[in-house]
Amino acid sequence: MSVFSTIFTQLMNGLQTGSVYALVALGYSMVYGIILLLNFAHGDIIMVGAYTAWLFMVNFGQSPWVAVIAAIAACTVLGVVIEKVAYTPLRKAPRLSLLITAIGISFLLENLAQLIFGAGARPVPTIIDVAPVTIGSVSISGTAIVTIIVSVVSMILLNLLIKKSKMGKAMRAVSEDTGAAQLMGISLNKTITFTFAVGSALAGIGSVLYCAAYPQASPTMGAMLGLKAFVAAVLGGIGSIPGAMIGGFAIGLAEAGASALGLSVWKDAVVFAILIVVLVVKPTGLLGRNLQEKV
Amino acid sequence: MLNIHDINVYYGPIHAIKGVSFDVNEGEIVSLIGANGAGKSTILKTISGLLRTKTGGIDFLGQSLNATAPHKIVHMGVAHIPEGRRIFQRMSVEENLQMGAFTQPNSSIAASLEHVYELFPRLKERRRQIAGTLSGGEQQMLAMSRGLMSKPKLMMLDEPSMGLAPILVQQVFNIIKTLHDAGTTILLVEQNAHMALSIADRAYVMETGKIILTGTGEELANSDEVRKAYLVG
Ligand SMILES: Nc1ncnc2c1ncn2[C@@H]1O[C@H](COP(=O)(O)OP(=O)(O)O)[C@@H](O)[C@H]1O
Ligand SMILES: [Mg+2]
Repeated sequence: MSVFSTIFTQLMNGLQTGSVYALVALGYSMVYGIILLLNFAHGDIIMVGAYTAWLFMVNFGQSPWVAVIAAIAACTVLGVVIEKVAYTPLRKAPRLSLLITAIGISFLLENLAQLIFGAGARPVPTIIDVAPVTIGSVSISGTAIVTIIVSVVSMILLNLLIKKSKMGKAMRAVSEDTGAAQLMGISLNKTITFTFAVGSALAGIGSVLYCAAYPQASPTMGAMLGLKAFVAAVLGGIGSIPGAMIGGFAIGLAEAGASALGLSVWKDAVVFAILIVVLVVKPTGLLGRNLQEKV
Repeated sequence: MLNIHDINVYYGPIHAIKGVSFDVNEGEIVSLIGANGAGKSTILKTISGLLRTKTGGIDFLGQSLNATAPHKIVHMGVAHIPEGRRIFQRMSVEENLQMGAFTQPNSSIAASLEHVYELFPRLKERRRQIAGTLSGGEQQMLAMSRGLMSKPKLMMLDEPSMGLAPILVQQVFNIIKTLHDAGTTILLVEQNAHMALSIADRAYVMETGKIILTGTGEELANSDEVRKAYLVG
């Protein structure tokens, strides 16, 4: 393979994993923007999505389409239920209590999955069955193309939702000034629930795209993926939606870059090195604003 | 219209409002004056549901607001233009106004915008501008217009003249009078006692969480106590 085709292949790999990181990072950033919570249970929602897809295809014999929809629906519902059951009662509690609760939920989900499905990985059948595309001497996998397109379309739709829709504007208002938003007649509860629903749905999409590339479901699969998406959100500037997108792609490309240089065993280390550099050099991230305490 | 009876509001252990009672009748301008820290903003926040009273109660149009969610209170017709304006700095001027109309049907927003732009031509010129880049005076105009977009029955303004040049203060008070003439009931909180008393039908003077004086705007403006404490210079 020529140098050019190696670079191109790694670029596509980077964009493919980057898309998934970006989709998951969006959920972290949106929730942080609204209630200043680092929702560490967010990564485990991906795991639940993967098991749902597996369950529908393998146990219920459903088509990939049905499995995809079921997985996204399961993630959305789970995100909202976690918010209602675990976070709403703590709305007025110190932020540390909220953070600890999120970590607790994360452990709860991982251990429940282990209890129900066992510790071993379950193979997920093919979700995206699209032929590779060959341009000259390089070939791009169909999964990569579909993943990138689906992610980009999801992000465009998210942008429209936030810019144009009434709920989207309410989200922006609450994230800018919760008190003033309430004085506009915006329901805090509804807006927060909506944010969790959208963030979790994006995680659901990320989940099936991830399973399309790494076709298995395991109890701890969401932990590392969630952590990397979290790094992506911090890199972009936590709370910033465009930041989460850029951060996701940047982390994906950095990993691919490490692999291209023959350092693929180091790629996790590269991601966390980026986290350390960001926290030291620019803790607000690429597009983050100075963090102000909300009133 | 608004009836407040014996409310006590706390910030943790701090007893900020100590047994305050007062009324605002339909069509009035009522001013609440008092030094910094007297508890004026706390009262407005309690009326709009951002804070809760421990005892006593607040009724608006015969309905208790004690346990009503803040957004529902806006739906009932109360607009609160908070201290420090609290406009959405990162949104455009027009988006801020749209947020103000959150409780209104989409079909009526265009007409409300027209109405507001007529009152404040300046905002129309700047409607695409990011609100954070407006001057202090323009931000106050925006905050008031945003409150107006919800078509309130009762408008509560918290120190609308704060930090404004005298000519703008005059303008703000003129607008309050215009809104009042158009049928809006006004509850005005001010440290600028002179102005606040001059346009008020009735006024209350607060000190450290209590109401210590009440009367018509004119009575209080002429009272020795108020003149000594608030109208010097
Ligand atoms: N968030 C808060 N936490 C604790 N104390 C507060 C808070 N806000 C106001 N206070 C106290 O409550 C009292 C009344 O404040 P406030 O209502 O803001 O007064 P005013 O609007 O008349 O200047 C003051 O003593 C103030 O220090
Ligand atoms: Mg005040």
